[in-house]
Amino acid sequence: MMNLPGGKSRTADLPRNAAPELPEIGILGINHNSAPVDLRESLAFSDQESRASVRELKKQPEISEILILSTCNRVEMLFTSHDPGGAIKAIKSHIAEIKSVEESRFEGALYTYLGSEAVKHLFRVASSLDSMVLGEPQILGQVKTAYRSAVDNRGTGVILNRLVHKSFSVAKRIRTETGIGDRAVSISYAAVELARKIFGRLEDKAVLLVGAGEMAELAVEHLNRIRSTGALYVANRTFEVGVDLARRFSGTAIRFEEIEETLKHADIIISSTGSADFVIFRDQVKPAMRHRKQRPLFFIDIAVPRDIDPAVNKIDNAYIYDIDDLQDVIEDNIESRRSESARAERIIDEAAVRFAQWYESLDVVPTIKQLRAKLAAIAEAELKKTIQAMDHPSAKDVEAMERMSEAVVKKIMHDPVRFLKNPGTHRDKSLYIDLARKLFNLEDD
Amino acid sequence: MNYNLLPVICCYLAASGLYAGFLFFQRSKYNKSAYVLVLAGFVIHTVLLGFDYANTRTLPVHNLHQNLWFAGWILAAVFLAVRPRIRINILGVFAAPLLTLVTAAAFFIPNTQIQPHPELTGFWLIIHVVVIFAGEACLALACGTGILYLIQERNIKGKKHRFFFRRLPSLELLDNAGYTFVAIGFTALSAGLITGSIYAHQVWGRFWSGDPKEVWSGITWLIYAALLHERLVAGWRGRRAAILAIIGFAAMLFTFLGVNFLMEGHHDEFTRW
Repeated sequence: MMNLPGGKSRTADLPRNAAPELPEIGILGINHNSAPVDLRESLAFSDQESRASVRELKKQPEISEILILSTCNRVEMLFTSHDPGGAIKAIKSHIAEIKSVEESRFEGALYTYLGSEAVKHLFRVASSLDSMVLGEPQILGQVKTAYRSAVDNRGTGVILNRLVHKSFSVAKRIRTETGIGDRAVSISYAAVELARKIFGRLEDKAVLLVGAGEMAELAVEHLNRIRSTGALYVANRTFEVGVDLARRFSGTAIRFEEIEETLKHADIIISSTGSADFVIFRDQVKPAMRHRKQRPLFFIDIAVPRDIDPAVNKIDNAYIYDIDDLQDVIEDNIESRRSESARAERIIDEAAVRFAQWYESLDVVPTIKQLRAKLAAIAEAELKKTIQAMDHPSAKDVEAMERMSEAVVKKIMHDPVRFLKNPGTHRDKSLYIDLARKLFNLEDD
Repeated sequence: MNYNLLPVICCYLAASGLYAGFLFFQRSKYNKSAYVLVLAGFVIHTVLLGFDYANTRTLPVHNLHQNLWFAGWILAAVFLAVRPRIRINILGVFAAPLLTLVTAAAFFIPNTQIQPHPELTGFWLIIHVVVIFAGEACLALACGTGILYLIQERNIKGKKHRFFFRRLPSLELLDNAGYTFVAIGFTALSAGLITGSIYAHQVWGRFWSGDPKEVWSGITWLIYAALLHERLVAGWRGRRAAILAIIGFAAMLFTFLGVNFLMEGHHDEFTRW
């Protein structure tokens, strides 16, 4: 019944029960769980390499569609193929060739997923469930970039287009409906988030950085991304070091003795000195509060031993968080992200099922069946109306009209069916089936 | 009992439920539908009041039942007007149950027929009542934000980052909203007291008669005046402002209800039942 010119040899070696016209979706990849960093590094694809590889792999007869995602934590090759085994082999040897790594070195670290497992894996990657830091927001952007690059190089077709778009909407849905990316999981972000809970808007808040240190500077950088008009003061025991730091953050250097005075203007104090003693005392904060007319003061004490007298927390409208407090905050947050991931997995399962329904509808047979059913239903309804309007038609007349309407349906179906079964040697059949479904408004049930 | 009021109460009750759902599940559609429900209740409420006005040609503020009923209507109006402007999603969690409570209380308190004094009608009386009630509604919301502020402040000071910490907005936003409510409420309260005394002058020939209600209104007014003054001069913001807003509201409740139950005076019959 199938009349596939040029397709015979390809379909011949597939198992009989597999639908020959539907390609399989697959993913081949490595990530931070499957491979150590040095191996990931040696397999990472630059933008240039990804683009070239998409073009190269698309030419392989085993591969119908291809997309390459490469980040510092993962390399994923998403493909569709009528011969997944061959496609995987082709991709492996391509990686070995481009990255000049022997296949045996990375073979053990590779994972492959086919069918709905591949779909779910892509959804999990895009929604950051598979990320090293659960819920981190960058990965979706990276998937989008990878997709754009694959589209630009004609790597994708109907199936991957639909699949990748679906992964975007799944990721967005998970982000809005679950708390997976809600809470900060680094000290510096946790500090900024707390500041938001106190001040609301941070744009015009003044910041005082006391001392220096990686975490403190990171917190200042986060704050700087949000702030626009507020001042930034930098105090350091060695004034020259302070001047350098101030220049880096485009702030003002002040002397250590000026801290007390600056408390009157600054709103957020980030302290991280190596001092063995407290640097800021309760007796300094109290008068400053009066001077500030009780506008809140937020102290972030990242130093060990601590820089700020904990008694400051007892003053109205003054708040202190030290490193342990912040650590507790992020542990809570990681915990709650984890508990949210169960809900996210449910969303993914649901989306995967719905995608599978669409995917199966791309098969020729159900599409033709649905199309025939639709036309037959229309013909029957119209026939009924006509017969009712007629004045006592004889049984013979009715029979003749029934035969006619059946014949019309059959004749209308003939050419589209022939085309859908065989759109041409090198054409993507799923594209036309998708189009036909849209044209005749056949629902994915 | 006036069963016409039931649909209104049901709307407010359902809105309270949805706001509670919003508090727990943080779905914004709960929040939106709750607002729509309050709006629906308010519309029915307005229609009922309109009929009432058409029948009696005066505001229904002659006994406790009517007063609560009318206060509920004003509170709903104020909440509906304020909510889109102030970005405190959680405000409804406080306001809707209060609204339900006030209207449900009106439902259960019998509407004793009181022959309105011929003198207790007229323009100044209407202004006096509407403005005072609107001010009180604002001050009720100020009390609500004050409570929310104290909860959130305790969370941040005590380093507890669970349920309410995540759901409540920033301290600054709560503080500013509370200040706005107090400022508006205080202005309305002042205007209400002035129109009230003008009206008193027309009816009884004097502005101030030392009636307990008047005295307690004065005390309430002074508390809020102190709050605003200290805020502007000494920067009483945050915790102290929140506490004072709650105390002020308590004084106001006493003025509204307590005075009538415990003392006597010419406002007496408005809370009779």
